[in-house]
Amino acid sequence: MKYLPGMENIGSEIQDKVISAMKEYDPSAYTAEDVKAALEAEVCTPEHYKALLSPAAEDFLEEIAQKAMNERFKHFGNSVYMFTPLYISNYCENQCVYCGFNCRNQIHRAKLNYEEIEKEMSEIAKTGLQEVLILTGETRVYSDVEYIGEACKIARKYFKIVGLEIYPVNSDEYKYLHECGADFVTVFQETYNSDKYEKLHLAGCKRVFPYRINAQERAIMGGMRGVGFGALLGLDDFRTDAFATGLHAHLLQKKYPHAEIAVSCPRLRPTIANSKINPRDVHEKQLLQIVCAYRIFLPYASITISTRECSRFRDNIIKIAATKISAGVNVGIGGHSDSEDKGDEQFEISDPRSVDEIFAAITDMGLQPVMSEYIYV
Amino acid sequence: MNNDKLVLGGHEFDSRFILGSGKYSLELIKAAVENAGAQIITLALRRANSGGAANILDYIPEGVTLLPNTSGARNADEAVRIARLSRELGCGDFVKIEVVRDSKYLLPDNYETIKATEILAKEGFVVLPYMYPDLNAARDLVNAGAAAVMPLAAPIGTNKGLCTKDFIQILIDEIDLPIIVDAGIGRPSQACEAMEMGAAAVMANTAIASAGDIPAMAEAFRKAIEAGRTAYLSKPGRVRDTASASSPLTGFIHD
Repeated sequence: MKYLPGMENIGSEIQDKVISAMKEYDPSAYTAEDVKAALEAEVCTPEHYKALLSPAAEDFLEEIAQKAMNERFKHFGNSVYMFTPLYISNYCENQCVYCGFNCRNQIHRAKLNYEEIEKEMSEIAKTGLQEVLILTGETRVYSDVEYIGEACKIARKYFKIVGLEIYPVNSDEYKYLHECGADFVTVFQETYNSDKYEKLHLAGCKRVFPYRINAQERAIMGGMRGVGFGALLGLDDFRTDAFATGLHAHLLQKKYPHAEIAVSCPRLRPTIANSKINPRDVHEKQLLQIVCAYRIFLPYASITISTRECSRFRDNIIKIAATKISAGVNVGIGGHSDSEDKGDEQFEISDPRSVDEIFAAITDMGLQPVMSEYIYV
Repeated sequence: MNNDKLVLGGHEFDSRFILGSGKYSLELIKAAVENAGAQIITLALRRANSGGAANILDYIPEGVTLLPNTSGARNADEAVRIARLSRELGCGDFVKIEVVRDSKYLLPDNYETIKATEILAKEGFVVLPYMYPDLNAARDLVNAGAAAVMPLAAPIGTNKGLCTKDFIQILIDEIDLPIIVDAGIGRPSQACEAMEMGAAAVMANTAIASAGDIPAMAEAFRKAIEAGRTAYLSKPGRVRDTASASSPLTGFIHD
């Protein structure tokens, strides 16, 4: 789908490079020999990365995990970064068939006012967290840029790090949000297969695939320090989507060397409106393979593991490949300061542990929880 | 050799091992400092909280000189702002300038580093700039008022050792300030070699943080750095390509 009026077209070459490389990638073409070569290589090239994501690599999962862990400790030591997401609105204009916020879903919608946002943030700050990720449903009507900017200003009073996971905006709007205090922007592409993308996103601005895929670059142009990437694993072929996600991050870092890169690895989860949704063939084994491949290909990148996964998986993956973990998570609206959410959740979470509980679990594993490693300058 | 002091901005230190504090558990910092015999410890100011949980400042033993670094700065302006914030937070006047605008290799930007050094030295900071070993940049840092020059041996965290050995040697030979080898040193033997070359001190973090036994590795580095320094001061014998006879040809002469 083409750009709509008002959407900035930056004419970036990255989209074409990612999509054409993804189309050429045939995971089944890689052999055990290719995987061994990737494991022995000192620098992981895109070709090695393809091998690590292939079905042939499943037989080498232990070796892949070892290599990933070496990279993880080399670059991050035993640090594990902690944060929590804060949903300030679940109104959405999009019809994404897999999402709990789908505009056709009959769920409780809510939007926090500034007072309520402050109350929520104040409660979160009491837990000791110093990083917050502000999320909204994707609609400019109910949560415009100014509203999100005000939320960032409030967040700056309580947190050292303010991240955003909102609908894609233009570079001048990212600049405004950066001036309001946000410095990191995450946009999930969901799937890099544009045909599948159109089938899954039936209505709303989100249907505009190229505007979304260039969001990270516009965020960097707007002065954001770092950007996050993610495919929702299970929507389409997860290996090619994981390949495209890593390559997208790799190419953006190459073009903007100062940009800090983060990758998330969400799998499909059941929602309040559809309990049958599941991540299809992305089982824990495959998810581990992908996260380790991300780590080996992008050793310098932050990798976040969400509460979509259970505590057992999360606690193990932060030792091996991931470096960032959410804690004390509530994916509804207003649930941090009130016992009952004002609005329904985006998805079901699998790890409801509090900040204290996750802090203790990290420490018990001999790892070091880090609340912030950042100064907004 | 008891009077052999490391002098940085008028401050004297007996230890020539500058220890990092990142990438390992805060509870181990005290033991690492003690085993390292370190009198200076670096910390990323961005990791120093004003309070709350997991605040690194709470774990650094008293009496140790803090060397806050400006990691996270992408240009001179940001480095200057972080350094000033560090002073406001009570972290003292020492500052290690790190200006990095490459998130993959974390290589320093010498040009921006020189600019930040000049501004901060004028403000009374004891400025220790982390830099890529380039003689011209090192001379500029001297003129900018640096208290020492900290060339990298290899990219941060790589444990690859003295990849830039020849260039560090040029700095040691030509620059009158202390040369502190920083980044990339992965083994005690490499730290020892840097000291034998005439480095004034060695800074290490990942090598210790990634060791199986962190306090024991800190001790191994201390011993290696002391050995290297002693060897340097002892003026090591020449290295020859051919054997050197213990009874030289001229040994027959008696009167």
